[in-house]
Amino acid sequence: MPMKDEFKPKIVAFCCNWCSYAGADLAGSSRLTYPADVKIIRVPCSCRVNPMFILRAFEKGADGVILCGCHPGDCHYSTGNYYARRRMTLLFSMLDYLGVENGRTRVEWVSAAEGVKFSQTMNEFVEKIHSLGKNVRLEDLRCRKE
Amino acid sequence: MQRIGVFVCHCGSNIAATVDVKKVVEMAALEPGVVHAEDYQYMCSEAGQSLIAKAIQEKQLTGLVVCSCSPRMHETTFRKAAERAGLNPYMVEIANIREHCSWIHKDMEEATRKAVILARAAIAKVNLNTPLQPGESRVTKRALVIGGGIAGIQTALDIADAGYEVDIVEKTPSIGGRMSQLDKTFPTLDCSACILTPKMVEAAAHERIRIYTYSEVEKVSGFVGDFTVDIRKKARSVDMDKCTGCGVCQEKCPSKKTPSEFNRGLNNRSAIYTPFAQAIPNVPVIDREHCIKFQTGKCGVCAKVCQAGAIDYEQKDEIVTEKYGAIVVATGFDTIKLDQYDEYAYSQSKDVITSLELERIMNAAGPTKGHLERLSDGKPPKEMVFIQCVGSRCADERGKSYCSKICCMYTAKHAMLIRDKYPDVNVTVFYIDVRTPGKNFDEFYRRAVEQYGVNYIKGQVGKVIPQPDGKLLVQGVDLLDNRRIMKEADMVVLATAIEPNPDVRKIATMLTASIDTNNFLTEAHAKLRPVESPTAGIFLSGVCQGPKDIPETVAQAGAAAVKAIGLLAKEKLTTNPCTAKSDELLCNGCSVCANVCPYGAITYEERQVNDHGIREVRRLAVVNSALCQGCGACTVACPSGAMDLQGFSNRQIIAEVDAICR
Amino acid sequence: MQEGMKNGCAGAPAVLLERISTLLAEGTVARVLGWKAGDMAYNPEPAYFETQEALKDFVYDGFCGANLSKYMIEASKLEGKTLVCLKPCDTYSFNQLLKEHRVDREKAYIIGVGCGGKLDVEQIRRKGIKGIQSIDGAQLVWEESDPGTELKGIGDDVLTIRTIYGEKTLPYGEALLERCHVCKGKEHRVYDELIGQSRDTKDADRFAQVERIEAMSPEEKFAFFQQELSKCIRCNACRNVCPACSCRKCVFDSNKFDSSQKANADSFEEKMFHIIRAFHVAGRCTDCGECSRVCPQGIPLHLFNRKFIKDINELYGTYQAGENAEDKMPLTSFDFGDAEPGIVGERG
Repeated sequence: MPMKDEFKPKIVAFCCNWCSYAGADLAGSSRLTYPADVKIIRVPCSCRVNPMFILRAFEKGADGVILCGCHPGDCHYSTGNYYARRRMTLLFSMLDYLGVENGRTRVEWVSAAEGVKFSQTMNEFVEKIHSLGKNVRLEDLRCRKE
Repeated sequence: MQRIGVFVCHCGSNIAATVDVKKVVEMAALEPGVVHAEDYQYMCSEAGQSLIAKAIQEKQLTGLVVCSCSPRMHETTFRKAAERAGLNPYMVEIANIREHCSWIHKDMEEATRKAVILARAAIAKVNLNTPLQPGESRVTKRALVIGGGIAGIQTALDIADAGYEVDIVEKTPSIGGRMSQLDKTFPTLDCSACILTPKMVEAAAHERIRIYTYSEVEKVSGFVGDFTVDIRKKARSVDMDKCTGCGVCQEKCPSKKTPSEFNRGLNNRSAIYTPFAQAIPNVPVIDREHCIKFQTGKCGVCAKVCQAGAIDYEQKDEIVTEKYGAIVVATGFDTIKLDQYDEYAYSQSKDVITSLELERIMNAAGPTKGHLERLSDGKPPKEMVFIQCVGSRCADERGKSYCSKICCMYTAKHAMLIRDKYPDVNVTVFYIDVRTPGKNFDEFYRRAVEQYGVNYIKGQVGKVIPQPDGKLLVQGVDLLDNRRIMKEADMVVLATAIEPNPDVRKIATMLTASIDTNNFLTEAHAKLRPVESPTAGIFLSGVCQGPKDIPETVAQAGAAAVKAIGLLAKEKLTTNPCTAKSDELLCNGCSVCANVCPYGAITYEERQVNDHGIREVRRLAVVNSALCQGCGACTVACPSGAMDLQGFSNRQIIAEVDAICR
Repeated sequence: MQEGMKNGCAGAPAVLLERISTLLAEGTVARVLGWKAGDMAYNPEPAYFETQEALKDFVYDGFCGANLSKYMIEASKLEGKTLVCLKPCDTYSFNQLLKEHRVDREKAYIIGVGCGGKLDVEQIRRKGIKGIQSIDGAQLVWEESDPGTELKGIGDDVLTIRTIYGEKTLPYGEALLERCHVCKGKEHRVYDELIGQSRDTKDADRFAQVERIEAMSPEEKFAFFQQELSKCIRCNACRNVCPACSCRKCVFDSNKFDSSQKANADSFEEKMFHIIRAFHVAGRCTDCGECSRVCPQGIPLHLFNRKFIKDINELYGTYQAGENAEDKMPLTSFDFGDAEPGIVGERG
């Protein structure tokens, strides 16, 4: 039985509709488990994800945020993930610069056929967040319930 | 304030076995805006949809959340149900509590907790949904087929026979494709040319088919129903209208040292050439790179001998712009390069050949006039070794992970034909597995073994070593007998893996059609939409989608044609309303959004605005909703937040984030 | 040199003033955008001048650090041409605004004014000089005959500062704004005419401060920024002065992201604001340093922007926003072989 004070991380996964969301669906239909801490938000493309969304998640108490999109070259909109890649690289670099543990953010390219990869990625990511523990550096303290 | 109804599906036991659906209903009912919540066995069923319709009417619902399977499965179903009950279909959101929850979690308490959060996020989003109206766009009643092989020809014929105009764009000087290079076809052993040529002729003669050979697609813009395509007609240097196809120019051309593409470089062709005798159109092209006239300025023999005066050295590439409603990709395949497989001595010996080269050797119109002989010394071989899976089913980076699908069958065909025509030639085949699923395929293979005495050895070849006497020493293993094999052969034939035509990546980019890591075009759904690209209006025909043999290619070509016809038959198309929209009071007119738009959907207008009393003319971004596909790249590029995506707005996504992190 | 300026301000070089006066008199320009004396000698402020008479208050001296390019957004909407004085670094901002269609080149008459480095009164105070009453030595001496002549070296120039505790002196070079020590160069990127001489002030590596932070442990980085940003009062001075932050309405003032400005607290709020601000100007920021110059709390805000500039240079090739008005911006372009975001962890 889980201990009462066991750390249950909050993890937001942004998935593009065409590849990664379908990959997550495939993980589901293949019954490939990953922790329930991961909650998926469907976006049309990885390029729809505004850094504001990621910071907002952290502000509201997320412990990890992962963005999944089509593999470079396979974007449904042909170029969206290339823009996302630059944006996220810079954002993650800035978070690292501010002293935020860089394992809390991740980008992974997951195709619609990669149910296994989706599940593996989520398992790894949750494990990483467990090793980092609660996010205290990015949270808005006023949003805490206690 | 919205009046939201939440409908939780049991999906039989698919959801209900792991998620406490009653608890989800109970918790959802507490969320802001929710005025109705219930659960049912199968929401997607007729009865389930009636429940939804009833609630919409009785409770005057303005928004719906269906907690069920993936929106990729039934979002459309529930949207249509909502629409029938008088609700705007875009007021429906799906919480995916099956694929993303019940199917992957085992602990009921945990899964229920997650399902509640997913429902909460969907409710938070629906609270901010606004009714959206799909637009309409017109359909140009003409199709483009890229690639003039058997796939492209069949698709074009089917579309044209249905009464629509079709253009075929073929890169090489003639239509016909790979099939025209084949000698015989399995499992019937009928002559490839005999069945292909009539189709080529039929396509060329069809009143609704236009064929652009020696042409390439240069640029594609627009969208489903209304594509604009630039086609580059490369300079043929021969006037198509004047040329009679007499062939004298090719005969007299003094430059005859260019490896023939059609014969896989096994012999040479002239600089002015038609790829093969039955080429359509039967009009040669001048290969300017190898033409003496173009290279040195001195020659002009072809112009002198041409009775029709068709030679035109001044001809230039021409760009033709055409409109199409549908585009079918039929770009086909090539065999992989063998640079990475030097252990088979392909580059070291002329007697190590690919199967496609063997097709040309066996063909009566080929470089050896159909005589089986060694290319090194012209002697007839006595021992032939076939090596299967060269680059296919490959675990490492050198080759392809997939099975090329056709090799087992064509090798059986080659072995059988050789044994039939040259009974004194011994044929040995090294294979990993023999794969023969298909009508009359296994029978065909067994005939090769049983009737024709082809020696099949399960095992791989490690090395082919050319010997000083011209023989080839083949080192392999026999896995069934667990022994090493050293065999001297006169010729070695490599069943070389096939790969999509290298040009397809460029074409896919132009079409914004997705492509997989092996460069095969991705289908919209592997099972349910196998001939459509996820990009609307783009259809897939033949090997560009995945390895297949001729009957499968022809079947798929027909299927792609039907899908294209289905589109062309429509008068109008409804467009996705989830497009970008700019708030004119926030827009800076800075052009950043247009820079990232892959569809050229954003333009700028100088427009009068009234910004809280300030009246001025401003440069404003305007989105063409017919062009916009709704990726959202512009919304993030826009610093002021003026650009937003309908259906996936900033506030909607933030509401989901907040609900999940709450 | 004009005598008896308000508040002991140093006035403007005669050659500049005369030319401006002529252009205004001829009607070539309808107004002049420059600086006028502030309430103290060290804080001249941006101002419009519409008559020759008004030009008596015109100032251009060592304290005229303010970048006037952003004012051209509004000036572009006015009738007639506006003469604007731009220092070399200001012209980068102008080019960037031009690229973004925010200013009208036809409406601007740009006088590229020489720059020998601009002074920072906070830097003087940091040197322990308090109670400043007036400062002498900030005036510019330009050779009228030969605009190419080099000015005297910085080391030779000395500021004489009169304070309530008596007179102090400080070498000019020790009172410069941080940005002048890492100057991008004294070449004007866009102008109609050039007046005055410049001198090189670069004596430090532009990315040294960023590198120092990058080398810290995550705990040290966090502590450093926590301390700096805890000073932020969300006065929005950085945003308002920034030529790249030129949105009609900032996302932090609109309801588009449910992110309207909130009160200051020891929280993520400020980080979010400054990260997003830096992100929005990434690839567009010319590193003009105005944000740090105007921050009333002395937060080194340029460290955010410069981090992005450094990353862009390293990952996507050297890029200087505003160098010209044509280049594709790094965040609206891409390369098929771009680094994956995972590189952030790999670089350590």
